[in-house]
Amino acid sequence: MSTYRRITVVDDGGISIVRFVDKKIVDSGSIEQLGEEMNSLVTVDKRNLILLNFDGVEFMSSAALNKLISLNTKVKAAAGRLKLCGLRAEIKEVFTITRLDRVFDLRKTEADAVAAFKL
Amino acid sequence: MTAVQMHWSYDKFLPNDLEFGHAAIEELMTALGAATWEGMDLFRIQMAIEEAVVNAIEHGNKRDPNKKIRLVFDVTPEKAVMEISDEGAGFDHRNVADPTTEDLVDKPRGRGVMLMRELMDEVHFNEVGNHVVMIKLRSPAIPE
Repeated sequence: MSTYRRITVVDDGGISIVRFVDKKIVDSGSIEQLGEEMNSLVTVDKRNLILLNFDGVEFMSSAALNKLISLNTKVKAAAGRLKLCGLRAEIKEVFTITRLDRVFDLRKTEADAVAAFKL
Repeated sequence: MTAVQMHWSYDKFLPNDLEFGHAAIEELMTALGAATWEGMDLFRIQMAIEEAVVNAIEHGNKRDPNKKIRLVFDVTPEKAVMEISDEGAGFDHRNVADPTTEDLVDKPRGRGVMLMRELMDEVHFNEVGNHVVMIKLRSPAIPE
């Protein structure tokens, strides 16, 4: 089991619900660590049903977006599924502008996302 | 800048170090807040300035500690102007690949310049691409 500093992970019936420690995901060192920890979810802990809950996240740079894209690639390679929820309107706009709303499965609430895993 | 000061200017040469860049961005965000900027506009400015400063330090100056960046900000309640310069060779800003195309949309890079252009009202690069001016106008208030 990996040790996490930038995220917390809770298991809900096989779904790994991930929350972020930082309100602003902007520091390059923290983003690198975040990327490594998210990748460890898949490569070390062998989790492949992952929900990223952005409740409380106020800002994230495109460098952080890049880590999400890398995680998505790893989850797909592990035949898993990745969903995102709880994005505030400002961050969701970034996903829309960059068309990443077509790459990621964005859900409004954690309950919506958990239900979608069970479809 | 005090809470009642509605015009704020900043002009500094900074070491080519993200720590200094982020400290300057924090000063800018504080000044914008004091000039009554809020919500989506604040977020858009932070996103764009973050991308521009990181680009200048990491891609423009290639993390060279012997180089500097220059940040010039001018903030009023209606308009924010941000100039970012680096000492690098620049880049071809007229031919940046569109990161939203089918073959690039899931690649983990290349969104910074696009975000700057989309989130700001105006973005002007100089000819060589090592100086950019970004302008954000306050968005109209949404009636409740």
